[in-house]
Amino acid sequence: MAQFLQFLFSGVTVGAGYALAALGFTLIYNASNVINFAQGEFIMLGGVVMVFFMHTGLPLPLALALAIALPAGVGILIEKLAIQPAKGADVVSLIIITIGASLLIRGLVQIWFGKGTHGLEPFSGHAPISVGGASLQPQSLWVLGVTALVVVALWLFFSRTVIGKAIRATSCNPLAAQLVGIDTQRVLLISYALSAALGAVGGILLTPLTMTSYDVGIMLGLKGFVAAVVGGLGSGLGAVIGGLLVGVIEAMSAGYLSSAYKDAVPFALIFVILFFMPRGLMGAKVTERV
Amino acid sequence: MALLEVAGLNKAFGGVLAVQDVSFAVESGLVYSVIGPNGAGKTTLFNLITGIYEPTSGDIRFDGRSIVGQPPHRLASLGIARTFQNLQICMNMSARENVMVGAHLALDRNLVKGMLRWPALRRRDAALREEAAALMRYVGLDGYVAAAAGAMPYGALKRLEIARALAANPRLLFLDEPAAGLNPKETAEIDELIRRIADQGITVVLVEHDMKMVMNISDRILVLDYGKKLAEGSAPEVRANPDVIAAYLGAQHA
Amino acid sequence: MKRLAMPLLALTLLLLPLLLPNSYYYDLAIRMAINAVIVLGLNLLIGFAGQISLGHAGFFGIGAYASAVLPTHFGWHPLAALVAGALATALLAALVAKPIFRLHGHYLAMATLGLGIIIAIVIRNEGMYTGGPDGMPVPPLEILGYEITGERNWYWVFAANLLLSVWLCRNLMDSPFGRALRALHGSEVAAQVVGVDLARYKMAIFVFSAFFASIMGSLTAHYIGFVTPNVADFFHSIELVTMVVVGGMASVFGSLIGAVLLTALPQALVSFDGWETVAFGAILMLFMIFLPRGLVPTLAARFGRGE
Repeated sequence: MAQFLQFLFSGVTVGAGYALAALGFTLIYNASNVINFAQGEFIMLGGVVMVFFMHTGLPLPLALALAIALPAGVGILIEKLAIQPAKGADVVSLIIITIGASLLIRGLVQIWFGKGTHGLEPFSGHAPISVGGASLQPQSLWVLGVTALVVVALWLFFSRTVIGKAIRATSCNPLAAQLVGIDTQRVLLISYALSAALGAVGGILLTPLTMTSYDVGIMLGLKGFVAAVVGGLGSGLGAVIGGLLVGVIEAMSAGYLSSAYKDAVPFALIFVILFFMPRGLMGAKVTERV
Repeated sequence: MALLEVAGLNKAFGGVLAVQDVSFAVESGLVYSVIGPNGAGKTTLFNLITGIYEPTSGDIRFDGRSIVGQPPHRLASLGIARTFQNLQICMNMSARENVMVGAHLALDRNLVKGMLRWPALRRRDAALREEAAALMRYVGLDGYVAAAAGAMPYGALKRLEIARALAANPRLLFLDEPAAGLNPKETAEIDELIRRIADQGITVVLVEHDMKMVMNISDRILVLDYGKKLAEGSAPEVRANPDVIAAYLGAQHA
Repeated sequence: MKRLAMPLLALTLLLLPLLLPNSYYYDLAIRMAINAVIVLGLNLLIGFAGQISLGHAGFFGIGAYASAVLPTHFGWHPLAALVAGALATALLAALVAKPIFRLHGHYLAMATLGLGIIIAIVIRNEGMYTGGPDGMPVPPLEILGYEITGERNWYWVFAANLLLSVWLCRNLMDSPFGRALRALHGSEVAAQVVGVDLARYKMAIFVFSAFFASIMGSLTAHYIGFVTPNVADFFHSIELVTMVVVGGMASVFGSLIGAVLLTALPQALVSFDGWETVAFGAILMLFMIFLPRGLVPTLAARFGRGE
């Protein structure tokens, strides 16, 4: 039982990180029908930038703000410089563009930051809390708490604010949104910035537990996508549930089956989901208009 | 027995009923037109019959067999062809290849044979190239036989769609607004083309806005309004129907 | 131009050895030819059919490791191993593709990416057979008692292979199957209503393209005489996609040009860690934004000739 709890804790913790990544995918997908393959790089950037500024001795709040703002800026740049100019391109072209962006970010970080792996001090110490015989890292509580906060904030943003409603309207019907005076260009920029910031928050939170390096983005991004698909591509609630589910399944199979194959598990999961429930847990069935 | 029978057809998008309890039958060899104001559900009806959408309820029978739920590529193999109101042309191919694709089901589609330039397959393809050119001339595209699809004007692309549909050698041909966006001269030519197609023995179902053309060439006419069947009959019958007049002239008449 | 292309390519391949001063350049030419053939197969999928695979290196890897593992550990004949690897790859591709081609757009990209990563993980973890991260030697390829060795002999094998592949691909695209494939890229609805079973055609070309990559993996493994898990890595898949993009979507000769240019590029960047990634990323973005059709089709259009 203690062992099970232990796996559950670690699963839910990384799962929260996947949920943030999945929300990032969902945001951009809803706003523009694009799957942003660079989503994982935002997670990497958040962690790496945070490590960098903590090492230069910046105070924590400032480092934190920069580690979120910088990736968000990169997100805006990608939208402005790469997605916008290719307006109207087909799905395959947009996939290739975002892959290009992800390689660019990864390569530049490798050059700037080196190939090393870096850790970060946990936000409130190492002393584990004992729960039912399993030990829970204080950092896990940070991860879960902040993720919950972010989810609530996002929900308020989309249901209460004008900008949030504008983004939802745009995702529903871009042309109609434009006709009622919504600046869809700005909506896209906000979506990319927000999505990058979400990824960065995930990266910052997880780095004290899992370390970071220039090449962690692809794996984290992919698992975030798996989470989004499991939950049903396009559904916010689905993304959160999918993230937690993928994290827990991964941790359980690492613990009980084989740790060597833990990275393969989420991908095997995606095939199972696509085979048996292609719309995911929360996805809606849509008829495509011709 | 009618070639096409539609019974109690319904289609809902969300809560909106785009097609509501529509029934009709198309006899073999006729030109059958579907008319109605914008948003009456004409194109939706087409998309239901040709398998692009799945009906919420109701039955569609082709040659006595139910075809509800069959994907479009299966319907093609039964002899149903169609064109589109908003053009569906393969712009990455030549005009002639677009027509050749129409004959897809009549060809040997084997991957390995295609790769090895299988003699029988090459001979059939060479003959098809000529047939496609002949079809293009038949629909009035004499000047475009060597053109790339992307380089053709709108009116020519409408004819190209008809040529592609004819290449399939269909028994039942759906034309979705073939004259939309054309000038009166081009419309008259399309009118004449449809007549020639019908004379070949191909049953034509037509959605069209151009009333003059519809009244001219249709053997029977179905009138839709708000997704419901308003009237059905020959051109003079439909013209004289008070419901139809009310629907078209609206409140002024009432 | 159309008719001259094949003889011109044959002549180039025939005369090229006169210009190759030493085995280093032979090796470079061979690598270009290998990539050209894989890219041809990938272009059938991306350029002609409008679908994408981000896991082609995985299929290449299965072929390479089949040719390494089966003869070494189980005493198979190399040709039998090559065929077994290619069939296994095709089967895997078919199994994976089945659920995905009923869906739209992005799923194939992510699924192939995931599949590629799983393949690489398996190769790294099954060290007992594969030598793990260090890789393993591959026995030489022997056909009818004759063992293929040395760059000069291999050059002719790969040159003939390339010529054959170009011929096969051009035939295929000009056949009813190829037309259906291009049609579904141009308009899925149009292809459907003339009778093209979309899922079946997408699946057939995906499986074929994977099969192609696996065979090339086997031959490459025999040529180099050693395999490492890197051949199955994500970055290798991206290199292949980049070659398609640069040379030109839906262009047979574009595939060759893309392979030649981008095989030469890493040689130029070899000592700059990280810059290779940056270069490929930048190339992908710039081409998709400013030259989305790629070099060869753009140039062909400029000079007024279609391919």
